[in-house]
Amino acid sequence: MVSGLINENPTVYERKERRVRTDSTNSDEFSVEPIDQLEIFDHIRDIRDPEHPYSLEQLKVLTEDSVEVDDLKSYVRVTFTPTVEHCSMATIIGLSVRVKLMRSLPPRYKIDIRVAPGSHATEAALNKQLNDKERVAAALENPNLVEMVDECLSPSFE
Amino acid sequence: MDLMEKNMELIEVQKLEGHTDRVWNAAWNPVSPILASCSGDNTVRIWEQSSLSRSWSCKTVLEETHTRTVRSCSWSPSGKLLATASFDGTTAIWEDLGDEFECISTLEGHENEVKSVSWNASGSYLATCSRDKSVWIWEVLGGNEYDCASVLNGHTQDVKMVLWHPTMDVLFSCSYDNTIKVVWWSEDDDGDYQCVQTLDESTNGHSSTVWAISFNAAGDKMVTCSDDLTLKIWRADISMMHSGEGYAPWTHVCTLSGYHDRTIFSTHWSSDDIIASGAGDDAIGLFVESKQHDSVNGPSFNLLLKKEKAHEMDINSVQWSPSKENRLLASASDDGMVKIWQLETIP
Repeated sequence: MVSGLINENPTVYERKERRVRTDSTNSDEFSVEPIDQLEIFDHIRDIRDPEHPYSLEQLKVLTEDSVEVDDLKSYVRVTFTPTVEHCSMATIIGLSVRVKLMRSLPPRYKIDIRVAPGSHATEAALNKQLNDKERVAAALENPNLVEMVDECLSPSFE
Repeated sequence: MDLMEKNMELIEVQKLEGHTDRVWNAAWNPVSPILASCSGDNTVRIWEQSSLSRSWSCKTVLEETHTRTVRSCSWSPSGKLLATASFDGTTAIWEDLGDEFECISTLEGHENEVKSVSWNASGSYLATCSRDKSVWIWEVLGGNEYDCASVLNGHTQDVKMVLWHPTMDVLFSCSYDNTIKVVWWSEDDDGDYQCVQTLDESTNGHSSTVWAISFNAAGDKMVTCSDDLTLKIWRADISMMHSGEGYAPWTHVCTLSGYHDRTIFSTHWSSDDIIASGAGDDAIGLFVESKQHDSVNGPSFNLLLKKEKAHEMDINSVQWSPSKENRLLASASDDGMVKIWQLETIP
């Protein structure tokens, strides 16, 4: 059988244990807790790979270190690593991460998404596209792309 | 009058609520106290100022014509027609009938999202541009007929904005390919439009997507803004073109950098020479030319003021009102709001 997959045999890694975020020193339930790296990683770790029945965490497309956050400045940057250099699914992965963060984070947040330096053949073009909000807005009005993104964001494989 | 010597403040006059998605663009009617805004909610809202209370309210919503985001809107010079460009691939022409707006024509031809539309100074031509990389020039024939006069395929990536020169039939376009192109129709040539100049990095141009263009009232200076976080000022000897001596090239005057730390999506040059900028850092910047003319470095522009947190999210459009009586600025944002600001002198 001829496979149309871009990466037929991806390496699958163990998922990291989920840490429960408790802050025993903070007893005031009305105090504002800053958004941190782990919280943002929790929002995106289970996004499903467009090609495989694994999460982006399991394929090490994303790790906790992929997330840089500055809550005071309302800024987050996610750097993901496609499994192969010529991954044509990188756009869908980037869009999925952006959509998940747009839905999860307060609207004051500025979000940058990029591929890890040296991890993709068309790195600069990809980064430019993923951070052009007009292109992103247009893509998210395209039913075919929205279907693919929704598929990546569906929690069904748990 | 030297604005830099005065204490200026940008005062929020009114917040116009109604759009249910990000607002991409705002456009002042050139004749009447009317503002149009367009949005990701697929609608256009027409806001009108009450002559009694001076407050602004939504007069009508233009909907059920565009099926996707309405990216930009532009009034004809007479103020009677409004052109709207949409991600649905069409450009609609609306006529103001007094008590309502009627869609009198739909321009089809682009392969995908139309991003910008502009009328020339006399209202006899329209230009549109798209993600399909092309710029179309439409001739206004009368009787609600619009005919495609030319399709220009100069850009290598999607074209973000088109704008006609304020006094001459010269068309400017800017693109995701980081360039600005100047298109000129020369009578003595073979009667076709052609790109006469490309402003790119090699001519001190931008190093990333160019989002917007604006001209001063005289039309001899131009400002552009970009994803490279800069604004650039350009100038040309347009008297040479007016006297028919041929094309006068545009040259880089100066670069304003360090004022915004996210993409600058919009810039607009007011009739009294104040340049406004709106950016992804939620801030509005205002700039004026320095009166201390430096004979070595040429003209320079200084920050008049920066309004931080002008909106809660990205600012997509800043537009000065054409009204001479007061300095009104409209801004449109991802937060779904249109705001009207007044630039005032603080005693």
